[in-house]
Amino acid sequence: MKALVAMSGGVDSSVAAALMKDAGHEVIGVTLKLWSGPNGEAPTAGCCTVSDAEDARRVAAELGIPYYVLDYTDDFRDGVVDRFVHDYASGQTPNPCIECNRTVKFDRLLNRLDEFACDVLVTGHHARVHDIDGVATLLRGTDPAKDQSYVLSMLTTAELSRVQLPVGELHKKEVRRIAASMGMRSAHKPESMDICFVGQGDYRGFLRHNAPEVFIPGKVVDKDGTDLGSHDGIVGFTVGQRRGLGVAVGEPRFVVKIDSGTSTVVVGGRDDLEVNAVELRDITWANGRKGDRPLTAQFRAHGEPVAASLVGSALTFDTPQHAVSPGQTVAFYDGEKVLGGGLISSTYL
Amino acid sequence: MIYLDHAATTPMRPQVWDAMRPYALDVFGNSSGVHAVSRRAKNALEESRERVASLIGARPMEVVFTSGGTESDNLAIKGAAWNDRLRSGVVTVTTEHEAVLETADVLKRFDDPVTLVSVDRDGFVSSQDILEAIDESTAVVSVMLVNNETGLIQDIPAISNAIKAEFPDVLVHTDAVQAYASKDVKVSELGVDMMTITGHKFGGPKGAGLLYVKEGTALEPVLHGGGQELGRRSGTHDVAGVVGLSTAMELADRDRDRFNDEVGQARDEFERLILKTVDGALANTPSDHRSTHHFNVRIPGVRNESLLMRLDQDGVAASPGSACQSGAATVSHVLEGMGLTAEEARESLRFSFGWTSTMGEARDAAGVVRDLVEQLR
Repeated sequence: MKALVAMSGGVDSSVAAALMKDAGHEVIGVTLKLWSGPNGEAPTAGCCTVSDAEDARRVAAELGIPYYVLDYTDDFRDGVVDRFVHDYASGQTPNPCIECNRTVKFDRLLNRLDEFACDVLVTGHHARVHDIDGVATLLRGTDPAKDQSYVLSMLTTAELSRVQLPVGELHKKEVRRIAASMGMRSAHKPESMDICFVGQGDYRGFLRHNAPEVFIPGKVVDKDGTDLGSHDGIVGFTVGQRRGLGVAVGEPRFVVKIDSGTSTVVVGGRDDLEVNAVELRDITWANGRKGDRPLTAQFRAHGEPVAASLVGSALTFDTPQHAVSPGQTVAFYDGEKVLGGGLISSTYL
Repeated sequence: MIYLDHAATTPMRPQVWDAMRPYALDVFGNSSGVHAVSRRAKNALEESRERVASLIGARPMEVVFTSGGTESDNLAIKGAAWNDRLRSGVVTVTTEHEAVLETADVLKRFDDPVTLVSVDRDGFVSSQDILEAIDESTAVVSVMLVNNETGLIQDIPAISNAIKAEFPDVLVHTDAVQAYASKDVKVSELGVDMMTITGHKFGGPKGAGLLYVKEGTALEPVLHGGGQELGRRSGTHDVAGVVGLSTAMELADRDRDRFNDEVGQARDEFERLILKTVDGALANTPSDHRSTHHFNVRIPGVRNESLLMRLDQDGVAASPGSACQSGAATVSHVLEGMGLTAEEARESLRFSFGWTSTMGEARDAAGVVRDLVEQLR
């Protein structure tokens, strides 16, 4: 078998490449060039920095596998960054890393497997793809603390049948042990947390610099409409946000709603963050089977799964949930099994 | 491996390495020193200068040794622009090498007037367009002799004659990095004030090049320091590199007739086979006024990135023509300058032949390309 391994330079994808090689497969490593600044500079944070690509190149050389850098800057700008700006401008909380997995990493690379004469796409995600009754099924990773199945919840069975996730079978400790035993420099590298094109997590700074036109000043109001202050744009506000509201009130205040139509940010107390149900859009089912059903839902990368039931595009939580925001991805589970997912278009308070 | 990326770099000729070796080991002296081992180094340096000067029809003192093509281009352009603050303008062409374009771009950011002249569909720039871009602020015009991506040969004698006739004070620089392997470049015939050459494009070492600077041409140095190279380029000489450069220039000069004959035929055969056996293949390299060793081709419907990866797997080394430092294939500014769309540029790749290339390699490589294109389509 010939495997195309998407290598970020991190420990997980490095070990994934090594495991495929050890299993006797022919392996090709690739790193995606996704983003460069206005002067072509590569990102210094996130999963695909210059030094990460250098690490990937070095690991590939140590493994003795061919390694290439593929240019996806156009797709990334159009599919991920522009959408990130658009979503924030419309009062949503996007997850660009999921969007990148969806529209660039998996979609583009799977489409080009034949061109590269490869049979499977391999990544370093902590999730598992198992054949269950002849159906390629996405399962949570073996290490519950590192499970990344949430960010892959949009993958279909057809796509999963050409994906292998070898490190999802292991605990992170084991992955680091393998990396260290192979002398990999990345064995003890801290995990990437930042979004690659947003330096130091400064969303508003990025948006202000790249899309100043989406900053439309508006009001900050209480739930009953009382004027509490003003802001210079809803962009970058997130439901559940507590800091940087620019209003001084005694008790803790949170963003509970963002109205992009009137550029209004509504704040309230912790109780006002409770959401009973959400409306979903862009629902995908791994195996194509739709249907109303009870399931467990997860709406943050490392959030707890909660019991819910889906009727049409409405997902009702068994117990009210906190800080659920339009734009977030919801992954559907049946136990360990990923059933599919969707994007929150609106919430019912 | 069939190596068809000689425009990127070439394998060193063994005689070059043999000539360099003593200067890396025994004759290690600093050529500016006052003792025997330094004198020997200095002698080798100056002897090399005489040899390369005669090869390009220059006087020895007109040769400035540099670290290669990029530095020579920087020195020619920045040196001219910085020499006179009142006349600091640069005129160059959209299809130049990055060493020229990025240098011009930096000057522009510091408010020097920079004009980029466009080319036609084949990549030619007209003398008239260049003359129109020149004004009283222009210090230097830089036009490449052989394009690194397509192999197109600009008519440098005509361009420099036209410039000198109307603007005798404007300096003319040519980047001849891609030219030396196949063309006898004599500075008087080209009519230029400055010319860039680097050794590794014809069997010499990387990191050793030269800038021809016509006597009487005033340049502000880019590297300041100990005043080597008559103050035009400071820094301890890489004597082994200079010896390698001069040896490679001599060997390439002696080998040039064979090169244009045999390597040219191999390139022609490769081109003929690709255009005949690959449906829809189109040459981006013009049919005349071109070097004997470049071939840039567009294969519609096939992304160059994928084809290059597959070629690499099958042992054929070629290039997208333009790649960023990370190695990712990027859209070629040369092909875009010639009017190709970004999509067309992403379907284009460069095969460049060199002193080791053979007819057998050309035929084998053409077969590999044909088979892979069939698989990719």
